[in-house]
Amino acid sequence: MQKVNNKWLKLGIEVVVLAALFTLVQYLITAGLLKQYYQISLASMCINVTLAVSLSLINGFTGQLSLGHAGFMAVGAYIAAIMTNMLDLPFITGILAAMLGAGLAGFIIGVPTLRLKGDYLAIATLAFGEIIRVTLQNIGYVNGPAGIMGIPKFATWPWLFGGAIVTIVVIVNLINSSYGRAIISIREDETASELMGINTTKYKVLAFVVGAGFAGLAGALYAHYFYIIKPETFNFLKSFDILVMVVLGGLGSTTGAIIAAVFVTALTAALQSFPAIRMVLYALILIIVMIYRPQGLMGNKELSLRTFGRIWGGRH
Amino acid sequence: MDDINLMEISKLEKSFGGLNAVQDFNFHIAENELVGLIGPNGAGKTTVFNLITGVYKPDNGCIMFRDENLVGMAPHTICTKGIARTFQNIRLFNDLSVLDNVKIAAHKNVPYSLMGAVFRTPGYFRGESEIEAEALHYLEIFNLRNKKDELARNLPYGEQRRIEIVRALATRPLLLILDEPAAGMNPQETQALMELIRYIRKEFNLTILLIEHDMSLVMGVCERLYVLDYGQIIAEGTPAEIRADKRVIEAYLGEDVG
Repeated sequence: MQKVNNKWLKLGIEVVVLAALFTLVQYLITAGLLKQYYQISLASMCINVTLAVSLSLINGFTGQLSLGHAGFMAVGAYIAAIMTNMLDLPFITGILAAMLGAGLAGFIIGVPTLRLKGDYLAIATLAFGEIIRVTLQNIGYVNGPAGIMGIPKFATWPWLFGGAIVTIVVIVNLINSSYGRAIISIREDETASELMGINTTKYKVLAFVVGAGFAGLAGALYAHYFYIIKPETFNFLKSFDILVMVVLGGLGSTTGAIIAAVFVTALTAALQSFPAIRMVLYALILIIVMIYRPQGLMGNKELSLRTFGRIWGGRH
Repeated sequence: MDDINLMEISKLEKSFGGLNAVQDFNFHIAENELVGLIGPNGAGKTTVFNLITGVYKPDNGCIMFRDENLVGMAPHTICTKGIARTFQNIRLFNDLSVLDNVKIAAHKNVPYSLMGAVFRTPGYFRGESEIEAEALHYLEIFNLRNKKDELARNLPYGEQRRIEIVRALATRPLLLILDEPAAGMNPQETQALMELIRYIRKEFNLTILLIEHDMSLVMGVCERLYVLDYGQIIAEGTPAEIRADKRVIEAYLGEDVG
């Protein structure tokens, strides 16, 4: 009985906190109290959280080193932009098509490459990301290197916040289920996992497809917030940025990925006027974290209400 | 021999490069039987286990399990058919809790769908508590319930070995394959393990095949033994027969048998 009550209490607190956060920002935006600069930062945070959490499913939980996440983001961004900008379809159609398209790309890439391990998989996914970018550069329909401009700015705060929350909820629910445990067991010991009756190929592909699908969502949000996309935006460095967030947060921690995504975005925004120092500082933080805390900020632990309870000396 | 054979292996062969690891391997095990596979180091015992469980593909031969040939099936499929194993070198999911290790093995019987998990349907919560109850039940039998929240890597060696058996049991096998379950255990632990093996066989109506170096364990618990040397069966019979077999004494037991 106690357990059931706790479950609802926890869900209640989470919903209230998120609703408060959402309403506060929404109020500030509509009242015109939030400067453009902060609005852009908040939008980037939501998009980066979506990217980091989806990549953490692949890299952190499944243990498959993927360096092609920006490629899936590009697929989503372009599909969504084509849907709304060129075909005049509603935003939600664009989002769903982006997720399906990116997920499909994940499936097509995942099936042949996921038999590779470690460095080899990393190189294959890196190559995939580059193929996407170069292909987009050479398609006339989407204006090649110039990209698509004037995409309608549909991605308002509710969409951005909602996108990040849906991503987190789906991936957290997936991880905390028998399917999630099957996925994590692949990271721990693929052979043992296979011999315990887990179809490791199937679950690797599943994680890859889900991760890619949500990267597609992030791409759709990005395209409809910044209203311009070009192939160069989704280059290797973008994949690397997302990877840094996941590693910084801790491989195998969703809350870690969220915290790191917010932190890195805030840092990038704060140092915008000093571009030279920014990259130095960024690299320095990475080096320091890797030396003193190689498992990332959170390791594979999660931050939960219980953690706060403990910190404030509450019940265990 | 009147019993129905659960598994029957005939003319199994496997070579690595020029080395014939297993050749002309013929074997059968009846339902509910407890059979041991012994032999000197490097005789090919673990290779046989790896062939049965699909880790290696045999060059030749046939592994019939309940009227189905397992040759060519993926390891996870073979596990779903009802064969589970432990490993000579412990292969637990080290950074996960003991409970999660056992729950992972229960995944092949997961009672809810992927969508059920994502949308947290009532079926998900029911299924999760079923999985947890079953896992705890297995841990209880092995006296490991109080260790459920420990990381697998932090447990002592003997307990890690036992968790491997729990994890294999949680896949609900018909045939349980134990690869040197008593390796590194002291005599008291080995004794306790023997009793445990007898108990789980009765409790879960299991057929058990085990590889072991520890002679006291093999002789005490197995009903029938196969002796493997240089990849070939050199003897088969009850522990008493094996003890008296000249070739076995030469190849393996040497002067240990008084």
